[in-house]
Amino acid sequence: MSEQMKKYETPLLDELEKGQWPSFVKEIKAAAEWNPMANDLLGLLERSYREKIGHWKHGGIVGVMGYGGGVIGRYTDLPEEFPHVSHFHTMRINQPAGWFYTAEALRTLADIWDRHGSGLTNFHGSTGDIIFLGTRTEELEPTFEELTQAGFDLGGSGSDIRTPSCCCGMARCEWACYDTMKLTYFLTQHYQDEIHRPAFPYKFKIKCSGCPNDCVASVARADFSIIGTWRDEIQIDQEMVREYAKNGVDINKEIVALCPGKCIEWDGNTLKIDNSSCRHCMHCINVMPKALAPGKDRGAAILLGSKAPIVEGAILSSVIVPFVKLDDEDSYNDIVELIDAILEPWIEEGKNRERIGEFVQRVGLGNFLEAIGLDPQPEMIKHPRTNPYVFYENYLEEE
Amino acid sequence: MPIFEWNEIKIEVDEDGFMANPEEWNERVALALASTEGVTELTPDHWKVINYLRDYYKQYGIAPMIRKLCKETGFTLKQIYDLFPSGPAKGACKVAGLAKPTGCV
Repeated sequence: MSEQMKKYETPLLDELEKGQWPSFVKEIKAAAEWNPMANDLLGLLERSYREKIGHWKHGGIVGVMGYGGGVIGRYTDLPEEFPHVSHFHTMRINQPAGWFYTAEALRTLADIWDRHGSGLTNFHGSTGDIIFLGTRTEELEPTFEELTQAGFDLGGSGSDIRTPSCCCGMARCEWACYDTMKLTYFLTQHYQDEIHRPAFPYKFKIKCSGCPNDCVASVARADFSIIGTWRDEIQIDQEMVREYAKNGVDINKEIVALCPGKCIEWDGNTLKIDNSSCRHCMHCINVMPKALAPGKDRGAAILLGSKAPIVEGAILSSVIVPFVKLDDEDSYNDIVELIDAILEPWIEEGKNRERIGEFVQRVGLGNFLEAIGLDPQPEMIKHPRTNPYVFYENYLEEE
Repeated sequence: MPIFEWNEIKIEVDEDGFMANPEEWNERVALALASTEGVTELTPDHWKVINYLRDYYKQYGIAPMIRKLCKETGFTLKQIYDLFPSGPAKGACKVAGLAKPTGCV
């Protein structure tokens, strides 16, 4: 670091420092003051903005001994001009469940990365992991060594079980219908082999949300989404409902009319919910958090198959288990059993880079359910209430 | 591209250490490349994996999926990692002189 660092002119990046929000440019510049990798990153990025073209090559295979995942190789295609980012590998580090850190733990992580990499991080990547941005191949093992000394481990990458992640659950939130952090920890420990040593057709993501608000967006971003829910009745404090009305909440407009199940009535005095038609969307609870709460018989629904648009189109997860209690080790083991059953036919028959959601679409839900030993249930229908082939008894009775 | 040297071997490799010209591969080259992946000796078990990878690659032009590699060689994934500590993609494929498998998205 003693050599004189090249100073880059960055008129285009400077534009991104204007305005009232924090800027990634400001952070890169701060690191570039002393770190040659961050300095060359700044120069390379300015170049990319000027030429309107990215200067990273695709892929790269690097890692640490014993693991097949956790590091994503990155190289610039301009190594002669920007030698300090000729290697700029990304390391994924398994985050603690719910992303809780002491200030000391953060300092430890930052110090490790200042010693071995660019000093730049993402807290956190969209997988949930801590992301260390940019280092050289020869720094990978020493970084890994220091991380393990500090009690951290690499996360998943490539065609493996990706680092499971969850919302802050019972640690911070009254809506949590099960202990997301405990289950996430359990699954992370159980699947260490599958997280570190890729062996699947493609990635497999597990995300745990404590309630249908789904703060980790598991319905859109996890192959296996575990979303907290309840199967009894929404708890109502009528006194508090009236209080909300008195303080200006237009209950008919803001709640009754927006209820997707059309199952709420408000007569100005009492709120009535027909729970049999409730879709557990959380809207009424979110609007009047002091008056309403999820029921007391809590657990989770399990959904399968979501993915981002890469390769095939985007898919949302859909229900595979409508309700499961998650309150002891036995129930956790049942989840593991289900995951294993789901992985088996996909590992066996899945095509290269085919996600589980695409696999289910290809083989058909019926065949897939048979392979994993689950019975079909009405809740698995994607749009149960609008499907013309479903006839409800009370519908027929009205005729 | 960088030049990798080991004893009498001198070959061109890419930034990940994979061979730039896979047709230059021979058994001495395999041993040379193995030295970069934490493998000091190539046992018959190593060769079983290497030969399978090379045969598959010759036939299909890509590396096999890992499940297939395990099934066809009879090794568990753990055994593959015992043989090639940096794993089947980075370790075994490199030693077998295959073109670099595509990256992760």
